[in-house]
Amino acid sequence: MSEAGLAAAAGGSRAGSLAVPVWVKGLVPLSVLGALAAVFLRFGPIGVFPGAFPPVEELTIERITLPRPGEIQVRVVNGGPEPSTIAQVLVDDAVWTHRIDGDRTLGRLERRTITIPYPWVEGEPHEVSLMTRTGLTFTGRLGVATRTPVPDRRYIGALGLLGVYGGVIPVLLGLSWLPFLRALRRRWLDFFLCLTIGLLAYLAVDALAAALEGSTRVPGAFQGPALVPLGALGTPLIIATLRERKQRAGTGPLSPRSVAGLVAVGVGLHNLGEGLAIGSAYATGEIALGTALAVGFLLHNSAQGLGIAASTAEAALRPGQLALLGAVAGVPAVLGTWIGGFSSSPLWTTLVFAVGGGAILQAIAVLWRFLARRAEGRFAQPLHVAGLVLGLLVMYFTGLAVPV
Amino acid sequence: MEKPNTSPDRVGEALGQPDPRATARPDPAEPPRNAPPEPAELRLSRRELLKAGALGAAGLAAAGGTLAFRPQRPSADTSHPGPANHHLLMEPVGDIQPGGFDPSAFLTHFDAGRVSRLPNGQVLREYSLVAVDTEIEVAPGVFFPAWTYNGQVPGPTIRCTEGDRVRVHFVNAGSHPHTIHFHGIHAADMDGTFEIVEPGQSYMYEFDAEPFGLHLYHCHTPPLKKHIHKGLYGVFLVDPREGRPPARELVMVMNAFDTDFDGENEVYAVNTVGFHYQKHPIRLRKNELTRVYLVNVTEFDPINSFHLHGNFFRCYRTGTRLDHYEWTDTVMLCQGERAILEFTYRFPGPFMFHAHQSEFAELGWVGIFDVQEVPNV
Repeated sequence: MSEAGLAAAAGGSRAGSLAVPVWVKGLVPLSVLGALAAVFLRFGPIGVFPGAFPPVEELTIERITLPRPGEIQVRVVNGGPEPSTIAQVLVDDAVWTHRIDGDRTLGRLERRTITIPYPWVEGEPHEVSLMTRTGLTFTGRLGVATRTPVPDRRYIGALGLLGVYGGVIPVLLGLSWLPFLRALRRRWLDFFLCLTIGLLAYLAVDALAAALEGSTRVPGAFQGPALVPLGALGTPLIIATLRERKQRAGTGPLSPRSVAGLVAVGVGLHNLGEGLAIGSAYATGEIALGTALAVGFLLHNSAQGLGIAASTAEAALRPGQLALLGAVAGVPAVLGTWIGGFSSSPLWTTLVFAVGGGAILQAIAVLWRFLARRAEGRFAQPLHVAGLVLGLLVMYFTGLAVPV
Repeated sequence: MEKPNTSPDRVGEALGQPDPRATARPDPAEPPRNAPPEPAELRLSRRELLKAGALGAAGLAAAGGTLAFRPQRPSADTSHPGPANHHLLMEPVGDIQPGGFDPSAFLTHFDAGRVSRLPNGQVLREYSLVAVDTEIEVAPGVFFPAWTYNGQVPGPTIRCTEGDRVRVHFVNAGSHPHTIHFHGIHAADMDGTFEIVEPGQSYMYEFDAEPFGLHLYHCHTPPLKKHIHKGLYGVFLVDPREGRPPARELVMVMNAFDTDFDGENEVYAVNTVGFHYQKHPIRLRKNELTRVYLVNVTEFDPINSFHLHGNFFRCYRTGTRLDHYEWTDTVMLCQGERAILEFTYRFPGPFMFHAHQSEFAELGWVGIFDVQEVPNV
């Protein structure tokens, strides 16, 4: 036995005859905790506190859909700490008859779908309130009433096309800048790399803002605000770990190839979130699938393509690898649009945006270090700063092109 | 009048209601709501669109979409074929639990008190009111923690004749101090304003019933809104000495409940339970005089109103004059105001009555008079 092993064994037992494995020592407090929890739940010493408080209730309306004229469907989840009973349903402050697909009492984290035969008015906002047994009301709002699209081939095709316009084509368009970028002198390539950092910074803030916004709509039990750091911090850490392992395998730190890959992954995740948002916005009638929208996205996301191209300029990638990079960045938009168009919830949207934001932050960090190495200390040159600012501005102004 | 072929049964669950005949309900003359949708106008910025999209309000037409659009029937009977009756949609699902307060019974119940004669010949009526905290059902499945007189909201309808001696023994068995303030003409220490009765204490209110008319009583302890809106009110009816013409008499107290305590009412009703008289129409007889004692104790909303369908009524404001009345079909009352309405239906069938503030009607203050053709029901 090694010396370490002997020491461990000795430390584990003074008497020397009992070798308690480490994992047992870790497990004992856990099992004591579990036993305590079981005892509390079973025998309830908490009962010493005076009872008869009204329950703490929290129901969240996750989504409201309009399958056909004269029908509203509401999906509700109990995100609160205690069971809640839905007694009545109101639409626009009018008590309305309805059906619930299950027991009126929702336990913790349970979901129900409520069907309300209400003659909703096209284009107008509506408000659905659930009144519980204790008289509390929980409200969900439908901003613009329009019939929820039916998932037929035309709809799927339209969503897919939007994803292609918004994600794949712009990225490929951007990659077509490669000959230009490869022909540039080093200084100017650095300029475009700074531009890329600016672009990515815009996207990162965009994604994190969307994640924070969505987190406020997540039912309480799922702790929306906690999802944001989970995604935004966890993602870069995981990616960094993966990169470290690949590094040991010999591709080298900060190789142009890995930088390009990271940027593509980050942009791809952001586009997944964007696709989710666009898809669900279309399904709720808040955007029309018009030419203006497609063109707007074409312009806005072409800048993303430029960024990816700039990061691959020195990578000497084969066309097949370039196409793969383009796909990694662009195709998630299509996937996101499909998913968002059919079903989405604040929970997943928040998570995806947080992860996207984190991935982009990771890409920014890597690109930064890459550039710093190339610049050999002279990093904050006017040209670099100009590139960065221009990157932000380009995203901002092309964002204006997306129809108001 | 010909009846449509759909006859929904309107009996609630086991409320001891006399079983009404199937009541015909004519369809409102509106076209079905399936006009083709117009294109939606967009006034949202991209930021807002994406934000809105990120809220994830999308969804599949899920299994629920398989059901055809039909009016909902809360009771056990099978759904009826035929044209959709829209008014059946705007009502709560289910009914109040049996065994509790019955608004249909309250409608016609008058408490004349324990009657005796004083040495001077005056009629003495003695009543007993106990303030007690209890939970009441204000809409099917919706419960409200109320403060009540004698366990009911509204409290018992006290009825006497002008000139009677009224003696009300009040015991406070609640958890907060209360009083009983009577609307009428009486001494200051019988007014129920400054003599606060603590929990466990009691007080004897005594005064002569005057003037004749329709009045009310309620708690007058600060905070005033809370003590009234939590249910401490009732009707105090003083008949004129010569009496009023015989009629079918109904007591209607317009009240409302702020169930989530946000300073606005969520449930409106007449006699506490929202939509109750829509689910259990009140039977009247054609050509029979009906008298409604209408009192407004709605808190938080400045005014309430009563509108009658298919008829006009004589409106005796406060009921203090027998010779002055308005001839109208809609009367507006502020909180604390009351009126005696007298009307006779010339046509049979269902007639709605409700607040003409449509928002109150949609939240429960709506009912139906079912006017019967046949005299013996």
